[in-house]
Amino acid sequence: MTTTVADVSEEGTDSPYALSHLDALESEAVHIFREVAGEFERPVILFSGGKDSIVMLHLALKAFAPAAVPFSLLHVDTGHNFPEVLEYRDRTVKKHGLRLHVASVQDYIDRGALKERPDGTRNPLQTVPLTEKIQAERFDAVFGGGRRDEEKARAKERVFSLRDEFSQWDPRRQRPELWNLYNGRHAPGEHVRVFPLSNWTELDVWQYIAREGIELPEIYFAHEREVFQRAGMWLTAGEWGGPKESESVETRLVRYRTVGDMSCTGAVDSDATTLDAVITEIAASRLTERGATRADDKMSEAAMEDRKREGYF
Amino acid sequence: MTSTTEPTVPLSVEQLSATTLLRFATAGSVDDGKSTLVGRLLHDSKSVLTDQLEAVEHASRNRGQDTPDLALLTDGLRAEREQGITIDVAYRYFATARRRFILADTPGHVQYTRNMVTGASTAELTVVLVDARNGVVEQTRRHAAIAALLRVPHVVLAVNKMDLVEYKESVFAAIAEEFTAYASELGVPEITAIPISALAGDNVVDPSANMDWYGGPTFLEHLETVPVSHDLTTCHARLPVQYVIRPQTAEHPDYRGYAGQIAAGAFRVGESVTVLPSGRTSRISAIDLLGEPVDVAWTTQSVTVLLEDDVDISRGDLLVPTKDAPATTQDIEATVCHVADAPLTIGHRVLLKHGTRTVKALVKDIPSRLTLDDLSLHPHPGHLDANDIGRVKIRTAEPLPVDSYADSRRTGSFILIDPSDGTTLTAGMVGESFASPEPVKAEADDDGWDF
Repeated sequence: MTTTVADVSEEGTDSPYALSHLDALESEAVHIFREVAGEFERPVILFSGGKDSIVMLHLALKAFAPAAVPFSLLHVDTGHNFPEVLEYRDRTVKKHGLRLHVASVQDYIDRGALKERPDGTRNPLQTVPLTEKIQAERFDAVFGGGRRDEEKARAKERVFSLRDEFSQWDPRRQRPELWNLYNGRHAPGEHVRVFPLSNWTELDVWQYIAREGIELPEIYFAHEREVFQRAGMWLTAGEWGGPKESESVETRLVRYRTVGDMSCTGAVDSDATTLDAVITEIAASRLTERGATRADDKMSEAAMEDRKREGYF
Repeated sequence: MTSTTEPTVPLSVEQLSATTLLRFATAGSVDDGKSTLVGRLLHDSKSVLTDQLEAVEHASRNRGQDTPDLALLTDGLRAEREQGITIDVAYRYFATARRRFILADTPGHVQYTRNMVTGASTAELTVVLVDARNGVVEQTRRHAAIAALLRVPHVVLAVNKMDLVEYKESVFAAIAEEFTAYASELGVPEITAIPISALAGDNVVDPSANMDWYGGPTFLEHLETVPVSHDLTTCHARLPVQYVIRPQTAEHPDYRGYAGQIAAGAFRVGESVTVLPSGRTSRISAIDLLGEPVDVAWTTQSVTVLLEDDVDISRGDLLVPTKDAPATTQDIEATVCHVADAPLTIGHRVLLKHGTRTVKALVKDIPSRLTLDDLSLHPHPGHLDANDIGRVKIRTAEPLPVDSYADSRRTGSFILIDPSDGTTLTAGMVGESFASPEPVKAEADDDGWDF
């Protein structure tokens, strides 16, 4: 690697052994993946086809090369998927010879185990299928792409986060994490959520994608799309329920900053068609990723904390 | 927040990827102006975005406050907002053209010592905040002691609220002198004192127009320029083996690589290495830096090392240069911070995690407890409660290649774990507590326990 030594000739304050911030974050994430491989029996990576989970998989591939990734993938499928993302998911699984588990919210709704919400949003419905899949497959470590910069409840999250048999998170019972000594001890039935990207920001993720030349689903780049406005966000029209009669559809040049359930993930106006353009746009943005694109986090001051306590990602 | 600073100009893609990373910690209470300082840093570096600020303004109005309470930015948990206190370590992220920063923002009161210790454990710099009107107080001394115990390489004394003492140099100089003398005695290697007003913005990001007598860097300039790596030539090279990579494929039938993150120092191809605790030796035949072969690799890179000989190595082993191998021992003396709610007692059977190895261990003795406020010693306390700092003697079931924490923060540290429920009990640092041999005059009856 030729970019490891940070270019500090102008500043003159760092030794040539100072890692660039991307190298430092990459090394830390790889260390976390290898700790889990060394200490757990049945780890799984939550893989949605979103950029954070794509970066997680890329890091896992690098951590164990030239051997295969010793984890399988798990997609919690809300049924409201962007087709481009599902296609990307399946292609990626095939390319790397991985095993994919799917926990389907639609299946739960079809057999009456979960009820559709009045607002049509399925994000909160993911917790039960996720938890039951973890229990059924006896996964003991579950990698999530959550970042502490995303949301203030996440800012208090540990890298190794213990969950009980109902996947519940208790912020008062969190284990202090000192140095890089992670404690993965758990009782039978409990599992540990692991967040290798804890210390990354949205901008770091994009810079890393650019540096590593990682392919993404095309909806992350500017494209013409039929959208309608709801709660200040541009939502894609689709079978999931939008738009209502009062909401009018128009074609706009947009891209997605996050990829989630179609019913509550908004597109942003953008003409950024390349990675460099996306990075420039994010560096200048005055809105956070979730503020710009997630309806469900706007519900209350503690929306994320409450969902996390119940076992959400 | 009274900032008038415009949002910074977006950085170019090249600038963004050439920056280094600084992890630093702050400790302090609302009274010291810590939230204001952190808020100003985040705000002036464009890290508080419009929707976050709107949410804070909205929440502040709901509480009947006229101005946005920036503490609400970091107090992320419901219990924290309800009680108006910071309970936990909050990690904040911001960047300038020169650096990416990870800030571990910790509460300052004595009942949160464990949180401060946690934040300091990965920090390369600690900010100790002082109210210029009050000077060095009990809490200041405690924060300095934690930085010294955790061997944080750089300490910044931020003398805040200078606007309330008419920006007088004499006030700043007296506080800086008293603190520097105290912290130096504890062995803090580098202390930088900066007079600031977080509220008015003096010397936080921009140089103050009110303190011509101060010629040093602003707070942010110092954060941007403080060196972030150590001199590798004086470090002991250490690689805890995390995982053995064996593809066993047609393409790589015999590949056997030892994966880990270099904890200290540097390793070179051709170097003779010893595997601990077994003591077997071999030579490095290749180093794989996440897909790229390299001749030399250094801390904190994650690498895979290949050896010339087929030696028995597994997770938990430590690779070290043959010429610089630490002794292994089953008897460890350490300074610890107890982080669990239930006390640590003599005779406690625990698990000890050091590097990548976890072994059974027994707490044989707790010779003393230390009060950080005045560094007084309390011999034979019998147990350590949550947030207590003390000396312990531990016997491990297997020999461990521990370094002195003074020499190596990563291979001189360990945690104790409760084997029954997995609770993280105690954070440990091997060897002497403070850097200087006779750092402090123990005011309590000192019966010779070596702090």
